[in-house]
Amino acid sequence: MEELVKALTIGVTNGLVIALIAIGYTLVYGILELINFAHADVFMLGTAFTYFATEIIVRGMGIPASSTLALALTLIALPFIMLLTASINASIERFAYRPLRNAPRLAPLISAIGMSFVLQNIGLLLLGPSQKAVEPILPRTDVVFFPSGAAWFGVDEMIVLGVTIPLLLGLRWFVASTRQGKAMRATAQDREASGLMGIDVNRTISLTFLIAGALAGAAGLVVALYYGQTFFQYGLQFGLLSFTAAVLGGIGNLTGATLGGLFVGIVAAMSDRFIEAKWTSVIVFSLLILVLIFRPTGLLAEQQSERA
Amino acid sequence: MNKRKIGTLAAIAMLAFAACSGGGGGGGSKGEIEIWSSLPRQGSSKAQTDTIVNAINMAIEEKNGQAGGYTIKYIDKDDSTAAAGKWDEATEIKNANDAVATDKLIAYIGTFNSGAAKLSIPILCGKGIAMVSPANTYPGLTKAGKGEADEPGKYYPNGCAHNYFRVVAADDLQGLAGAKWAAKLGAKNVYVLDDTELYGKGIADVFNKEAPGAGLTILGRDGIDGKATDYKALAEKIKATNPDLVYYGGITQNNAGQLWRDLRDAMPDVKLMGPDGILEQEWIDAAGEAAEGTYITFGGLPADQLTGKGADFVKNYNTKYPNNPPEAYTAYGYEAAGTVLAAIEKAAATNPADTAALRAAVLKAISETKDYEGALGKWSFNAEGDTTLTAMSGNIVKDGKFAFDSVIE
Repeated sequence: MEELVKALTIGVTNGLVIALIAIGYTLVYGILELINFAHADVFMLGTAFTYFATEIIVRGMGIPASSTLALALTLIALPFIMLLTASINASIERFAYRPLRNAPRLAPLISAIGMSFVLQNIGLLLLGPSQKAVEPILPRTDVVFFPSGAAWFGVDEMIVLGVTIPLLLGLRWFVASTRQGKAMRATAQDREASGLMGIDVNRTISLTFLIAGALAGAAGLVVALYYGQTFFQYGLQFGLLSFTAAVLGGIGNLTGATLGGLFVGIVAAMSDRFIEAKWTSVIVFSLLILVLIFRPTGLLAEQQSERA
Repeated sequence: MNKRKIGTLAAIAMLAFAACSGGGGGGGSKGEIEIWSSLPRQGSSKAQTDTIVNAINMAIEEKNGQAGGYTIKYIDKDDSTAAAGKWDEATEIKNANDAVATDKLIAYIGTFNSGAAKLSIPILCGKGIAMVSPANTYPGLTKAGKGEADEPGKYYPNGCAHNYFRVVAADDLQGLAGAKWAAKLGAKNVYVLDDTELYGKGIADVFNKEAPGAGLTILGRDGIDGKATDYKALAEKIKATNPDLVYYGGITQNNAGQLWRDLRDAMPDVKLMGPDGILEQEWIDAAGEAAEGTYITFGGLPADQLTGKGADFVKNYNTKYPNNPPEAYTAYGYEAAGTVLAAIEKAAATNPADTAALRAAVLKAISETKDYEGALGKWSFNAEGDTTLTAMSGNIVKDGKFAFDSVIE
């Protein structure tokens, strides 16, 4: 029983990270009907920036990796990293997607794939060809225990939850309750009509990319610290799972992306733990196919606008 | 008038040529031949293969770029792709096919990864080109009964002459050494992992097979996905079986660093052991703190333990390449190149008439390598193409560096 709960916890933690990246895919798809293949690579750059930040803190400033000061400084770096990835994402939109706004649907898609390669190679230049270990800034001490005394989760899991959950809730609030959020929802529903209503469509789209980029940056920090590694191919590895999660939950639907992320994370963890790691990919993607066969628009379909 | 001029010019030209070839050992008078190496030059193996390429260059320079009267041109081929970050099947096959199509190519030093060798050996065998590997350790490439049922025969199809040799001892010995060392360290229950590739699975299989004989109980066996992002749930699964030691058969490039970190997180006190696939600085960089205290076997001796000519090699190497310290297989690259050059010397003495004859003569000379005195000691190739050297070493990671621990009998 404890093993089940432990595996579930691992699944939820991994799932929330995947959800954070999946939201980026879903936000952009909702508003532009474009699958932004470069999104996961922006996340990879987020892990790279976190790596450099920790290197500066530990190697450059000489603060011991396990000290609270190092952790505090890294968390202070979080908004800056988010700002950096947000700007990168918005620039990508400005230079690689906006000129193609009125081109046939395939053109921005190819542009996105191209951007993905560009970012991957930038990552390769920054990080080198192999995985790089990130300084162990997150304390791994176990805090919550099972009745039997076995460890349940520790400070590191709590920090992951502490970063991802507020961001997800904050995004929900933003999209539901603010004017810009309303503008985003309107533009996603019908771009032309929103323009006619006086919404600055370009600005709204840029804002969407900024938010998606910021979330990718936050996910990058969490992954770099929690998994302890950065790798220029992280975009491929995480991107596949996150995109799957976004599609599974219903692409264009924020809650769907979160649910999809949790679903993928939990299934993967359960498969690793109780079946065999070899089968995990097979199981995750088979479930994706099954879901899509019976519900082609995903678990929580996007709210389709009424078409007259 | 014109004919006389042409005739005179021709005569002068011929005299000039004769004068040139008259100068025996001075300039490679018999023309140029090529030696190729096919190694993963991109991705995280690059650091180690850089040192191997340096060592091969050193071996050739020590002979003034010549052997047997031929000028040696060395071409450093890459069998990896940037996208994969490690060796790639299509690329290796292309290298082998290009080698076969190149007339001047006489010998092939490669590969680094056993999975790649599987592909090139049959291609090169077809044209009788000798292949000497500095680093392949999968037993099935040369030994019958140690791998699949149809190995090694399937690598030498259509009755072609055995053309593959390696200067490093194979994994049937290294896997056994791993099991013996694990028992010596006091482990009783072991969980075995592999990276599902030819080399990794091969050596994990050997460890699995030899473990009962060494007094170990195998608790379980799993293959990891090198592309997975984390192994936390897998580590929990292993923790539930309560092992004394976890053995990983595989290479760094299949996310071994992340695996190590997740294993260490879940089980801070368990012993971790791996084979020479992770005996490189890149692995320590990837695994970070989790690498500390890991036990690593190696089918040979690390560079700092070499004596005699080997120690000289290390000293010369360090002088020449101070920024690329020798890694596990550097001396083996040197030895492979040395073997090939010595074989070319011997082959040249038989005055082969054309490329095919030279290749055959070099192949024969390599297969007859006996009591070769090189950086690794005095050794020979046996009939299967394996080296007679069998010293195995145990190494431990201390303070972020590999430290030699003991010779494993």
